[in-house]
Amino acid sequence: MPLTDSLRDDILASVPSLRAFAISLSGNGDRADDLVQETLLRALANIDSFQPGSNLPAWLFTILRNLFRSDYRKRRREVEDADGSYAKTLKTQPSQGAHLEFEEFRAALDKLPQDQREALILVGASGFSYEDAAAICGCAVGTIKSRVNRARSKLSALLYVDGAEDFGPDETVRAVIGGNGG
Amino acid sequence: MKLQGLNSRGSVEQVMKEVKAQAGRNATPGKQSGLTAEIQSRIGHQLRAMYDDVVRQGVPDRFVELIRKLDVPKPDPQLGATGDPEKDGGS
Repeated sequence: MPLTDSLRDDILASVPSLRAFAISLSGNGDRADDLVQETLLRALANIDSFQPGSNLPAWLFTILRNLFRSDYRKRRREVEDADGSYAKTLKTQPSQGAHLEFEEFRAALDKLPQDQREALILVGASGFSYEDAAAICGCAVGTIKSRVNRARSKLSALLYVDGAEDFGPDETVRAVIGGNGG
Repeated sequence: MKLQGLNSRGSVEQVMKEVKAQAGRNATPGKQSGLTAEIQSRIGHQLRAMYDDVVRQGVPDRFVELIRKLDVPKPDPQLGATGDPEKDGGS
């Protein structure tokens, strides 16, 4: 369909989610924005192939996901988030304790196989149905379900099962308690 | 857009505090095997906190400008649209 004003607005409205998806996949803010930019250019160049009334976010996510995967094959994840470049993209800087836990979560997410990570993000964070996520990833619905389950199990093992002692009161919790108790 | 509805959740810091505080109140989870509902919910919280923090940043100017620029219809030189039928290969 032609690029109407409302379609352009809809594409712009998808940008925040596309960025979140790109950052979750790549773990790198700068690279994520390049991915989003390339996604938008591709989408606009191919706007005629978009079916009016179909799921625009899913269409855009599909483009981004495919770009990421072809890019990934070329240069792997050579830029890990060792310097906290992801955290720098955050407007609200978490406090020290929350920041540490956030980094742990980020690191655990990075340890997942790519198939599982993208499935978990699409379903668990982007809010896509299993059906939409399957269409975006070009696989069966059952495959998405099993990838999401395996992703959750692996994160659980990495973060909680072997690290139960991490959940004792720490700086963050004490700060909260202290703040409430006066 | 439906996805914009995600904006209503709290900040990363707030969610992390809630997750931590809840975990602190509960008895130690111990060496559980398998995925309890509580752990599932914790993972979901953290995942969305990470994601929504980026969503809340909105649309950076560079993307607004990008879409705006492409909005202006302009002649594509590669199509040979010179307005001259001979140059356009229309002999």
